[in-house]
Amino acid sequence: MNEAPSYLSPTGHEIVFLLLGVVAVGAALLVVTTRQVVHAALWLVVCLGALAGCYLVLTAEFVAWVQVLIYVGAVVVLLLFGIMLTRAPIGRSADLNSGNRVVAAVVALATAVVLVTVVADGFRHAYVDLSPAGPVKQGTAEAVGAAVFRYWVLPFEALSVLLLAALIGAIVLSRTDIRGR
Amino acid sequence: MAEVLDLVLRLVLILAVFLVLPLIVGQTEHKVMAHMQSRLGPMYAGGFHGWAQLIADGVKFMQKEDVVPAAADRRIFSIAPAVALVPYLVVLAVIPIGPGLVGTDLNVGLFFVLAVMGVGVLGSIMAGWSSGNKFSVLGGMRSAAQLVSYELPLVLAASSVAMAAGTLSLPGIVEAWEWWWLPWQAIGLAVFFIAGLAELRRPPFDMPIAESEIIMGPMTEYTGIRFALFLLAEYAGIVVLSALTTVLFLGGWQGPLLPGPVWTLIKVFALAFVVIWVRVSYPRLREDQLQKLAWLGLVPLALLQLAITGVVKVALA
Repeated sequence: MNEAPSYLSPTGHEIVFLLLGVVAVGAALLVVTTRQVVHAALWLVVCLGALAGCYLVLTAEFVAWVQVLIYVGAVVVLLLFGIMLTRAPIGRSADLNSGNRVVAAVVALATAVVLVTVVADGFRHAYVDLSPAGPVKQGTAEAVGAAVFRYWVLPFEALSVLLLAALIGAIVLSRTDIRGR
Repeated sequence: MAEVLDLVLRLVLILAVFLVLPLIVGQTEHKVMAHMQSRLGPMYAGGFHGWAQLIADGVKFMQKEDVVPAAADRRIFSIAPAVALVPYLVVLAVIPIGPGLVGTDLNVGLFFVLAVMGVGVLGSIMAGWSSGNKFSVLGGMRSAAQLVSYELPLVLAASSVAMAAGTLSLPGIVEAWEWWWLPWQAIGLAVFFIAGLAELRRPPFDMPIAESEIIMGPMTEYTGIRFALFLLAEYAGIVVLSALTTVLFLGGWQGPLLPGPVWTLIKVFALAFVVIWVRVSYPRLREDQLQKLAWLGLVPLALLQLAITGVVKVALA
């Protein structure tokens, strides 16, 4: 952690990071405002891709590509499959707006405010040198693996149990020969 | 300056490989299929055994009218072929051809390749949905279902190699490779290749395209240059799958006597030949058979391979 350089002379990395952030936020807004269901899913691809780009700029290569593999390659594909299986008209749909949108917007804004204040407050003076010559190589698969399996084993295992529970739940829900009492 | 020149040279080379190899594979497919079916295939274009047939096809596609159906979602309809094609070009940048002969050596090259290849399927889903045509939507849905099922065995089989080599970098994996990995990783090789074929939607896994029932699925409405881009994506996909299998399971540039890049090319073309051979030999799998093969066949096999890799790795250490 070194002394932070001035914000007034941003480096190329910082500018690219900001631009990617703008793309991510813009695409996310389009996801919730577009009037076409499938377009919303495709804007989600752009949003998640921009997020992966942000990780890349922060030299977190491994997380970035896992993000693309899991979210763009699997989650969004599954989402699109679900949409196409049920209802995917070409053109605008009039009934896409939920009645809860005001509440949802308030909740989203509140979450954003909380996260931004906490992160900005917690890391205000922290500065990590990410240049290739810098001391940290935190984004490599090796570093991430060591961190997860040495220091964060307990949360990792807890998450595994959660995923296992979800898996079993999915099996129970989808099998018709298991009856509830 | 020298660095920039080096980079430009590498990019130009990759682009050349991307443009030439799929054409060669395509022409090989014409000829190999023809001879396996006791006919000659293209014989006239260019003179010698119709070698210029694909170039002539390309010119023909460029001259054709580019039709966008009235009911289609125009914007998505027109970017879909690019989404299908570009990922394969990007993937080629990290596949090593010889020692040091690689676009760029990424620390997490294996994950990069798998992630980017998964994006390519979005192109076919987009094409299927945006065509405004029942058959195309069916094809798009089948693509999506197929990708979701076959991505898992593909990633599991690839991680087995990463475990064996102790690295995710593709040149690093080739360097760590030894001949006895062939029996050791044999199950992984089969799972990876089959799942890769399914991901490319090549026969016998061409349920999403199935020209005899849903008339080419996502590609039904495409004409001219956009259709040609889909075809190019298919052949580029064959090249990428063969190259990846070579690099991960067959030792890439390693081999006696001949120089490294020649070995890579020999292995790539041998695998591409198998891809074509399989297309001619096997009937198309039904949708339920497809899903059954992935979940009851390939996933348990891939897990078994992971276990074997782990046990051997621990025993050797």
